[in-house]
This record gives sequence, structure tokens and C-alpha cells, in this order.
Amino acid sequence: MKLRKVSAAAAAALVLSLTATACGGGDSDKDSAAGSGSGGGDKIKVGIKYDQPGLGLKEADGSFSGFDVDVATYVAKELGYDADQIEFVETKSADRENALARGDVKFIAATYSITDERKEKVDFAGPYLLAHQDLLIKSDSDISEATDLNGKNLCSVTGSTSAQNIKDEIAPKANLKEYGGYSECIAALQSGAVDAVTTDDSILAGFAAQEQYKGQFKLAGLKLSNENYGIGVKKGDTETVNKINAALEKMVSDKAWDKAVTDNFGPANYKNEPAPKIGVIVK
Amino acid sequence: MFDFLSDYDNPTLLGAFWMTVKLTFFSGIGSLIWGTLLAAMRVSPVPLMRGFGTAYVNIVRNIPLTVIIIFTSLGLADTFRVTMGSDDFKVQGFRLAILGLATYTAAFVCEAIRSGINTVPLGQAEAARAIGLTFSQNLRLVILPQAFRSVIGPLANVLIALTKNTTVAAAIGVAEAAYLMKTMIENEAAVLLIGAIFAFGFVVLTLPTGLILGWLSKRLAVKR
Repeated sequence: MKLRKVSAAAAAALVLSLTATACGGGDSDKDSAAGSGSGGGDKIKVGIKYDQPGLGLKEADGSFSGFDVDVATYVAKELGYDADQIEFVETKSADRENALARGDVKFIAATYSITDERKEKVDFAGPYLLAHQDLLIKSDSDISEATDLNGKNLCSVTGSTSAQNIKDEIAPKANLKEYGGYSECIAALQSGAVDAVTTDDSILAGFAAQEQYKGQFKLAGLKLSNENYGIGVKKGDTETVNKINAALEKMVSDKAWDKAVTDNFGPANYKNEPAPKIGVIVK
Repeated sequence: MFDFLSDYDNPTLLGAFWMTVKLTFFSGIGSLIWGTLLAAMRVSPVPLMRGFGTAYVNIVRNIPLTVIIIFTSLGLADTFRVTMGSDDFKVQGFRLAILGLATYTAAFVCEAIRSGINTVPLGQAEAARAIGLTFSQNLRLVILPQAFRSVIGPLANVLIALTKNTTVAAAIGVAEAAYLMKTMIENEAAVLLIGAIFAFGFVVLTLPTGLILGWLSKRLAVKR
């Protein structure tokens, strides 16, 4: 019995030490890859979303498209990296702060709204887009005001800021269905189970602009909230923040920003806000 | 450090875990009944029932739970308009989640009970047949009472797995623990702390379940 206890403890210690060394090795690899500074023939890792058409989408052939991708590519170019030196990494909403803190990515452009809670963990460059919470409705729907929503069937993503806004402020009496992703909500809208899908207008415009949904849906044009999309950078890296801000200003002044908006959101009848001023956050 | 927890009232932390308990309870009952019926089918003398039981278990347990849960909502509710007796999405989601969880877990309950049936010596069934009991009497009075006593341990495993599986219900918007966790992660930018809180919550739920049922299984085991 005693022997068994000793051998169990020894095994546990062995396993622990193995996993600990494995972690250490992995970390140092990542640091050297991402923290290699700007310029030169190195790669740059950029965090984007993989599943939001119009903003950040990984296509079936492995290429990337969307407004966030265009902005990230432009910014990376200004930082001294060509398009083929960019490595896009998926950063899901929950993982964004940690990916920056660990140094997995140099910066993140992934529908990242600037909020006070997030500013405690990361630094933001931008904003580069002012989005609003809005509704996506069927083309023949007559919803035109937020007060129309009480008693209607709505859909949004579990735990998202948009879902919380609906429950707490905009329409507490609305019948809110929550799914894990926007694609499920769009399917529910298409089948008529819900009357509207709600989240940022930029995301909705991206879905509505997809080939298979063209002409079926429209944006209601309500400005239910202000979402200032910023570019997340590791806390304390002021140098990169300044460089990215300069890049964003240049992007707006040489019209590349307007082109990116038209390319990605155009078909959905999306009326974009003018390019936001760097450092000005619309509450 | 933990003061953000009190900011959430829709649902509260306790409310979310209570929903987890309710989901576990109702789908646990449902899967126990349906799983027992399936096990009876799999050992029955009627080939059609045996075939159905075998097919059900092998199909359902090999489909990912997420697919089943999403199908109950996207397929049954949205497309076929099976509203489960309520137009309120909250109630509807809760009932659909129980339906999906019970459908899935029943396959595992069935296999656990069938393994219990195999522990009952063949002589028991033969003796029961010899004194003139029908198949269902045999099953109800002789086989299943002994089988259940020997599978409390395996069923506890299934129940613990079910408790954790209820988190999948967040995918169709049921306000249980994983749902609140997603909400908190979206707002607080503190993934590790929030993850640890919820992991602890699940340990609090499942550890006593395992200990109590483990003790019961020893106490009630058929001494052979």
C-alpha cells in the first residue's frame, strides 16, 4: 500500500514536470515569433475573426476577406509588412485579451469595440469604424422603430452585448431567441421563426451582402447603440499604437478606407458613418 | 476581484446554476425512463424491437450533442414549428433542451442498464420462465431490480456527464451556467477567473453526486 502511494506521487510529479516544461517551451517559441519587432523579412501575426462575412471571413479556399482584413492589411503595410508576410490568426471574442497579453498576435482587428473594461487589459488604436446596433429584417417587413420590438420575436447571439442591450434597455418585452452564432439567427429569420436579427449593423450588412441572401433582407436603420471598433494592441505598447493610428489616418486620407467600406458592405444598402477621428470615442 | 458577480441579475450566478440543476434533473428523469425502455427493447424476443433499439443507440450516441440540441431548435422549433406548448422562446428553449438532452443521454443509459442485465445470472431468467412468468413480468420482477442495483455506479457516470453536457443548451439560449459564463466573458475581459468560477461551480454540483451515488452503489450491490 505504502509503495503504491509513493509510486503514485512519483508519477504525478513526473507528469507535472513534463507538462510544465512543455508549457515553457511553447511560450518562448511564440514570443520569438510575435515579438520580433517591425520591418525586415519577418512575418507579422494579426488577429481577426474567421466567421463574420463582410468583416473577417476565412473563405473556403483559405483566403481572407472583409473590412477588418482590409484594414489590418493596410495597417500591416504601413508597419512595413507586405501582404504575404501577414499571418492571420483567429481570435474569438473571449480570447482577444489573452492573445494580446501572451504576444500571440501583434494586433487585433476583430470587431473589437472599445470599452472601459477592455481598456484596462489592452491598449486600443483607432477607432477605425463607428458601428451601431441595428436590426436585420425581411425586405417586406415594416419594423421601423425600436418601440415596435416589444412583443416581437428577435434573435441574437448568446451573451453578446447586443443581446444584453435588448434585454436590459431597448425592448425588455421582446421575445428574444439566442443562438451560438449569427448564421443560426439568419436561418431562423429566413424561416420566419423570428422577425428580426439584432447586432452591429456592420456585421448584419456583411451577412445580408452574402450571395445566397441577396435581396431577402434589409437593415432597419435604427441606431440603438454606438460601437467604436478599435485595433487592440498589447497593454503598454504605445509605440505600436501611435504607428497604427498614423496608418489609419493615412488610410482615410488616401480614400482606401472608403473603398474598403464600399467593397465589403456595399450590396446591403448599408449607410456607413464617416470615418471616425482617431482617439474620439462616441459614447 | 469577485465584485462583478453581483452585477448580473438576468440570470444571477445562483439562478444560472439552478437552471443547470433543473435541466439535469428533468432530462435525467426523461433519459432514465426512455433508456430503460430502450434496454428492454434490446433484450426483447421481438426482432423488430431489438433492431429499433440497436439502431437508436448506435445512431444517437454517435451524433454530437451540439448537433442534436441545435436541431431541436433550428429544425423542430423554427422549421417544423414544434413549439413545445409555448411561444415564449425562454420556455420553448428550456423544453427543447430537455428533449434533446434526454434523447441523447437515453442511449448511454440504455447501454448501462443492458450491461446490468448481463450481470444477472442466466439461471435467474430461466427460473422465472420455468415458473411461468411472461417476458415483461420476468423483466420487471426479476431481472431489472437486480440489474439496476449493479449499474448505479455506471449510471452515476452518465449523470455526471449529463450535468456537464447541459452547458450545450447555451447554444440555443437557455439561461444556464455556460450562458452566464459567455455573458460575463463578453463584458469583463477576465476569461481565466470566470472560467475558474464556473469550473468550481460544476465541481460543487458533480462531486457530491459522484460520492453519494458511489456510496449507494456499494451499499445496494447484489452480493453474489
